[in-house]
Amino acid sequence: MPIRREIYKGIKDIPRQEYLAGGTGLCAGCGGLLALRLFHKALGPNVVFVNAAGCLTLLAVFPFTPFHSSWLYTAMASAPAGAQGVRDALDMLIAKGRLSKDENLKVVVVTGDGAAHGIGLQATLAAIHRGLDFYYFCYDNEAFGNTGFQMSPASPFGSRTATTPVTSATPGGTATHKQDLFKLWEAQQPAFVATVSPAYPLDLMDKVARAGQLTGPKLFISLAACPPGWGVEPAESVEIAKLAVDTGVWPLKEVCDGKVVHTVRPHRFRPVEDYLHGQTRYHHLFAPVRQEEILRQLQHDVDRYWAAADADAGEVDNRLATVRA
Amino acid sequence: MTRELLTGNAAAAWGARLAEVDYIPVYPITPQTEVIEALAQWVAEGTLAARLVTMDSEHSMLTAAGAAAATGARVFTASSSQGLVYGLEMLYTIAGWRVPLVLLNVSRALAAPITLEPDHNDVLAARDSGFLQIHAESCQEVLDSVLMAYRLSEHADVLLPVLVNLDGFYLSFTREPVELPSVEEVREFLPPHKAAHGFSASHVLAQGVAVLGGTGYSFFKYQMQRAAEAALTAHDAIAGEFCRRFGRCYGAVESYRLDDADWVIVMSNSFSTVGKEEVARLRARGEKVGLLRLRLIRPFPDQEIEWLLGDRRAVAVIDQNISIGKGGILFSEVASALRGRTPPPLLSFIGGLGGRRFRSEEFDTIMAALHAAENDGGSVEPTLLYSEAEYRQMMEMLRIAQQGSASTPEK
Repeated sequence: MPIRREIYKGIKDIPRQEYLAGGTGLCAGCGGLLALRLFHKALGPNVVFVNAAGCLTLLAVFPFTPFHSSWLYTAMASAPAGAQGVRDALDMLIAKGRLSKDENLKVVVVTGDGAAHGIGLQATLAAIHRGLDFYYFCYDNEAFGNTGFQMSPASPFGSRTATTPVTSATPGGTATHKQDLFKLWEAQQPAFVATVSPAYPLDLMDKVARAGQLTGPKLFISLAACPPGWGVEPAESVEIAKLAVDTGVWPLKEVCDGKVVHTVRPHRFRPVEDYLHGQTRYHHLFAPVRQEEILRQLQHDVDRYWAAADADAGEVDNRLATVRA
Repeated sequence: MTRELLTGNAAAAWGARLAEVDYIPVYPITPQTEVIEALAQWVAEGTLAARLVTMDSEHSMLTAAGAAAATGARVFTASSSQGLVYGLEMLYTIAGWRVPLVLLNVSRALAAPITLEPDHNDVLAARDSGFLQIHAESCQEVLDSVLMAYRLSEHADVLLPVLVNLDGFYLSFTREPVELPSVEEVREFLPPHKAAHGFSASHVLAQGVAVLGGTGYSFFKYQMQRAAEAALTAHDAIAGEFCRRFGRCYGAVESYRLDDADWVIVMSNSFSTVGKEEVARLRARGEKVGLLRLRLIRPFPDQEIEWLLGDRRAVAVIDQNISIGKGGILFSEVASALRGRTPPPLLSFIGGLGGRRFRSEEFDTIMAALHAAENDGGSVEPTLLYSEAEYRQMMEMLRIAQQGSASTPEK
């Protein structure tokens, strides 16, 4: 059952106030930046971002910053530990009366999938384990985008990256399957965990607002189209993000009372191929020959996911028939 | 002021307690554990108003420490050996943030092979990070150095983190009488922390931002170099005030029977106590020898060392570390401090690795080498202190191990 939106019900509910100035040095059409902009709108002012190495590190380049809020670059492995230090210090300074309560800040980790899944996973799981009161925002462009799009644990099966190239010996590109970060987090029962997409701004912002009422780890993974890495035009990045949701590849969900709830469920799922077609990182699946086995596998993975999700939600599943029709 | 019998570790914990720190991120490693256990006990029972958080690694521990300091808290943390090098990345980052904090390192040798006893390759691996370094000889000096380190770190001209070093086992677990100043006495010397900058709603701050191109990068690194140079002057002033208030005086270096010495042995940390004993023994034999203990390793007090060593007949540096392929790290440092004049013959000895004890005979050898060096300038290669008996002992153990495996009964 879809979740009722509580705060952001229509596009006009999105505040016009910007907290992230335009004209940054990031790539045009960066899905991560778009999601972060919406994320910040929902958080409002009085935020400190604690950043791990990644594309968004290049938002603040001395002596300029697009943020109307504070920023601390830490290192690739330990941004959640940095958030711990900032949170604890603010708490102690307020408790000791050296900082007034209205000087308090929301502490937000900003990291890419490379740091979130691999080098930074230990620090992240530890921060969740400690029950740290913080937001964690992962922009998932499904590779190490900042270094030229090498494979990360978030790279999907069948995609091409700079380190999983397509050759006659490896015609399928990435042979491993995307690591399920949502499940890794969910297993630790944080205060809030959700997936979001810049193509669904109301869903994104409403989740941030709902999470804001909770104390503890509040985790968000946003699919983030990477025009240079995915091989899409900057102008297409929102469309491609929407296709990811509409084909069922990127399920929008959150954990509510220990149960995964899908917040957006397409009425008619489009075939996964519709999503893959437009991206050069999947071109090898279609030309020079169609790689039927891999395409079947990708569709099967999505079908299986939603069948399990629907069964879990206790809903009648007539979707597969719809897709095949 | 009270007087108690404390280990080096307990003295370090007392330093943090008397500094009234706000925040202590921790991760245990032998032989440092006693420090954080003492602090955890005090925080739990409410005698220390700080938050103590057990982190998932030294890397995270140091990140949290630096981030809390960047927010405006007074921070203490401690590590050792593998832990320090595991967090090494963050030492550079924290120093670059220009935030004050005190990191205690309980020296322990580095793997491989893994061991528990001390030498200084761990702490000297952090030598170039931007952390200032104070190396203590006694339990009392550990406590005093922690207090002085906060003054130095928070000094407006410095704003660099400080590492206080003590030797594992030899000092960490040795009990000595330690004078504990009262909280009031310490407060007069070390007032409550007021951060130069931090994160808050009314103070938007971008910290640790990227720079593109060498111009920006060099600007920040040169500022750190200038701050470290200023720390030399600041340390003298802080040490002078500490001396007046508490009656214990610590220079950047310590001179032991150096006034009329023709020959000098240079050492650091707790093994200097052994060195002083040996100097006293050699003095009794008529040798005009003295000891110079290096205390402030960063910033390195070049001028003072040049002034103290420049006119001696010969100098020997004993390193408890080894830069593989080069030799003693402190030897190179002392040699570079003497570059401004015709230096005395300078000898390099390496010993005490992994807690190996020095022998009196070795100091006799060093003394003889100093005499010889006056005439022939001495060897340029380091002398690796290792006895024939030790070598035979190792061979004997290997023989027994091989015999044991050869005699394993077949199934």
